[in-house]
Amino acid sequence: MSDTAIEFKGVTKSFDKKNGGRQVILDQVDFKIPRGRTTVIAGGSGQGKSVTLKLILGLMQPDEGQILVNGEGVAGIRGLALERLRTRFGVLFQGAALFDSLSVFENVALPLRERTAKREGEIREQVMGTLAELELVGHEDKFPAQLSGGMRKRVGLARALQLKPEIMLFDEPTTGLDPVMTREIYQLFARTQEQLGYTSVIVSHDIPKVFNLADQVIVLNQGQMDVFASPEAIQWSDEPHIRRFVGTTMGDIYQSRMVEGEGSIKKNEQGQQI
Amino acid sequence: MQDNFIIRLGATGLSVLQDLGRMGVFLLLALRGFFRTPFRFGELIKQMHFIGAGSFVVIFFTAASTGMVLGLQGYYSLHKFGADGMLGSAVALTLIMEMGPVLTALMVAGRAGSAICAELGIMRISEQIDALDCMAIDPFRYLISPKFLAALITVPLLTVLFDVVGIAGGYIAGVKLMGVNSGSFFEGMRSSVTNHDIRLGVIKSFVFGLLVIWICTGRGYYVHLIRGAGFGAESVSRVTTQAVVLSSISVLVFDYLLTAVLL
Repeated sequence: MSDTAIEFKGVTKSFDKKNGGRQVILDQVDFKIPRGRTTVIAGGSGQGKSVTLKLILGLMQPDEGQILVNGEGVAGIRGLALERLRTRFGVLFQGAALFDSLSVFENVALPLRERTAKREGEIREQVMGTLAELELVGHEDKFPAQLSGGMRKRVGLARALQLKPEIMLFDEPTTGLDPVMTREIYQLFARTQEQLGYTSVIVSHDIPKVFNLADQVIVLNQGQMDVFASPEAIQWSDEPHIRRFVGTTMGDIYQSRMVEGEGSIKKNEQGQQI
Repeated sequence: MQDNFIIRLGATGLSVLQDLGRMGVFLLLALRGFFRTPFRFGELIKQMHFIGAGSFVVIFFTAASTGMVLGLQGYYSLHKFGADGMLGSAVALTLIMEMGPVLTALMVAGRAGSAICAELGIMRISEQIDALDCMAIDPFRYLISPKFLAALITVPLLTVLFDVVGIAGGYIAGVKLMGVNSGSFFEGMRSSVTNHDIRLGVIKSFVFGLLVIWICTGRGYYVHLIRGAGFGAESVSRVTTQAVVLSSISVLVFDYLLTAVLL
């Protein structure tokens, strides 16, 4: 098996604008996501982060180009082939996407009941095991509306992990969480990835905290993607739009390091980049 | 200005065509879901309870009041011509062939159809349907098909219930209150209602049940794709209203068409 889990080759995706014309979200994009590692896809709002995830999952089709998962093209596949592809993925949605009429236990057990022939006893054992790992025991009979944001995310993660996915996709996993909960969630991701060895793709604007997890960072900007082999590489990029992105998201700490280290960025009296 | 009008007209025409095509595919996928395993019998029973048993009270009262009004109105009209004996026949035929199927479908659209549409719409906007897709669980088999089958089973049964309760209402108003002879009420009904009339009523109720559940589930499922519906909670509320209106109009239009073809 190759070292690449997911590959985009010349992918273009655009949408109709409300007032006519088309808005290009991804323009001839190429990148690779390495197997068993963590890739963070970062970028401002509306730059196409969630669209990228939906393209990987086959929830949207690209206008042009190829998307390969484990070397197999996924653009345009349907039916059973698409179902088979999706069983390789686990997804944690932005709002966790829990079924609000099902309890925590039923939510986590759903993929096992629907996609496997396991008996109820085995399902209970596996689900309770995962709930224990994610510190959710005692909450299994509650409904999603009775849980906090962080707990909902953990239940979403528990559900996504049931079928032992090869690739986990996280869509803005820490949106709406406080800093303590954010750190806990990231620690949880790192721990479960270490145990299960899945490829992790995190779409986030939670910069720089999410960089602690990243092996590779992809920055989306105006339909283009810039790929950085490490979080450090992005911080020392000479590209003006990357410097601007990092400057706004990482703030003064980064800028002062740039001034001290390289002396290549000038600042005004208020400490803003000029 | 004129260009704008033509562009808007074309865009609307295209979106209507797209919508019709999407709904056609939706119907096929929902019917295919009947044959995909594992079929969710538990969910079928739950939906039959919701659409069928849950609508019992509203159907009962609508039928009783419709039957009683028919009894009174029928008596008033027929009495002028000295044809009181035809009351049973008039009440039964009106209920079995027209009022029963139509009013049952309208009540189910208003009570269960709206709730089902809103439920699916909320599931769509909160990414629950995307989550099913991502877990490789067919949303049609899991969510839509049990609702379809439940409606196809319960709407004809509710219609039969409507007919029975309505005829009883007509009997109470005509015979007990207005003094029409009980024997002539039933004899009129027995001699004029044929198997063909009953079959027409059942076919209608089956078609109306399909229309109501198809439109209500389809609108909710595709809430994010409906042009001009807006976003979020607003889109769900608009599409739910639209689904009830559209299914009610479709029932009335198809009522005429079916009567014209099958009578």
